[in-house]
Amino acid sequence: MGKLINDGIRVDGRRADELRPYRLEVGVLKNADGSAYIELGKNKIIVAVYGPKEVHPKHLSLPDRCIIRCRYHMSPFSTDVRKTPAPSRREIEISKVIREALEPAILVGEYPRTAIDIFLEVLQSDGGSRCAGITAASLALADAGISMYDLVAACAAGKVDGTIVLDLSDVEDKEGEADMPVAVMPNLGVITLLQLDGILTHEEFKRGLDLALEGCRRLHEAQRKALMERYFKTAPNQEVE
Amino acid sequence: MPEVKRKYVIPGELITEGNYRIITNVIKRGNKFYSTRIGLAEYGQEGVRVIPLTGPYIPKVDDLVIGKIVDYSAFAWEVDINSCFLAYLPARNVYGKSFSPRQEPLVKKFGIGDLIAAVVTAFDRTRDPILSVSSPGLGKITKGEVVKISPTKVPRLIGKKGSMIKTIESGTGCKLTIGQNGIIVLTGQPEGVIKAVKAIRLVEEEAHLADLTQKIQAMLGVKEGDG
Repeated sequence: MGKLINDGIRVDGRRADELRPYRLEVGVLKNADGSAYIELGKNKIIVAVYGPKEVHPKHLSLPDRCIIRCRYHMSPFSTDVRKTPAPSRREIEISKVIREALEPAILVGEYPRTAIDIFLEVLQSDGGSRCAGITAASLALADAGISMYDLVAACAAGKVDGTIVLDLSDVEDKEGEADMPVAVMPNLGVITLLQLDGILTHEEFKRGLDLALEGCRRLHEAQRKALMERYFKTAPNQEVE
Repeated sequence: MPEVKRKYVIPGELITEGNYRIITNVIKRGNKFYSTRIGLAEYGQEGVRVIPLTGPYIPKVDDLVIGKIVDYSAFAWEVDINSCFLAYLPARNVYGKSFSPRQEPLVKKFGIGDLIAAVVTAFDRTRDPILSVSSPGLGKITKGEVVKISPTKVPRLIGKKGSMIKTIESGTGCKLTIGQNGIIVLTGQPEGVIKAVKAIRLVEEEAHLADLTQKIQAMLGVKEGDG
């Protein structure tokens, strides 16, 4: 494998602190209570939210809050070699990670004895699909009208060829030295997911975290724009009358 | 009239700072107020609230709802009221306190699939909502066209002191029964029903915009004050 960074430029032509091109859309599915679609680099992910609804089987329901169920799934055609549609160990783990990243943002006490189902379908995969999935899922939850403390935006930082970079692509994720997905509630300044695969020094970790938070901030801006366009067809932050 | 400021908001967005009373869909951190829903935030002397634009129906006591019978036992019907909670209509709320399951099977009154108009008499989130059909105008719905809208847009469809509902009724000659759960039953001539459905869809689409009653009045050819 050749060098992944040449003269400060990465293999896909980005600088170290640049995100891949992204596009967010809300309300793409009519049958779901809430839905969203995200493109981040080559990632294409569609998210549907159903609920709050009755829990079946009933013994799973909790008397004082709702339960949240999450399914992250990669379509058989999402990768270059066909992926078996059965849920893999990795998909089960990512489903749990996404659920735990979204749960702190939801006012679960508002919907006792109910369930909220979140389905993430990866149509095309690139690196960082869990982060893209979290970003889209929080939009779908807001679209479903579920009470939330804040939206959740997620973005990864990592280390490639000794350089701390933002938003790793598939090849950088596989060949790089470290990958650190971060999810955050930007208005409240609360981190809801922090994973690290690889080794970073304290300094590198701090630089990586700052970079990831900056990426989340930019994605949060895009989330806000997508919601405003869907619901108000106006620019954000506009005072009425 | 006290001045009320309005702002479009999304979850987690700062509405205002200061000393306000929380009404609905708002959380407070320090002296800052944040929205928990997508909608129109209003803040003024009365307090701060967000009128949501999307979301599920959460029952409230005294709400008029339109529901579908999905099951029944010896003592009660189960009713789907377009919410995350299944409602119960106890037989004694229909037949009176002297009801005995030996009298007659419940299916004789309401069968599975029947549509009913009812009022929520009890609900506190720890138990499922209880319905009643004892007031006049409630009970089985035998005719009409059913239209479903988002429950959050029902207040807009009713309008201030029922202004929107009156406008649509006088402009189309239809009678509207609006359930707080977002289910509406229209009765009247077919042409009127088609016009009323169009008007309802317009209200649903443009619920967040101002001067909607005037727009509906123009659409249906109703003069101001007729409604």
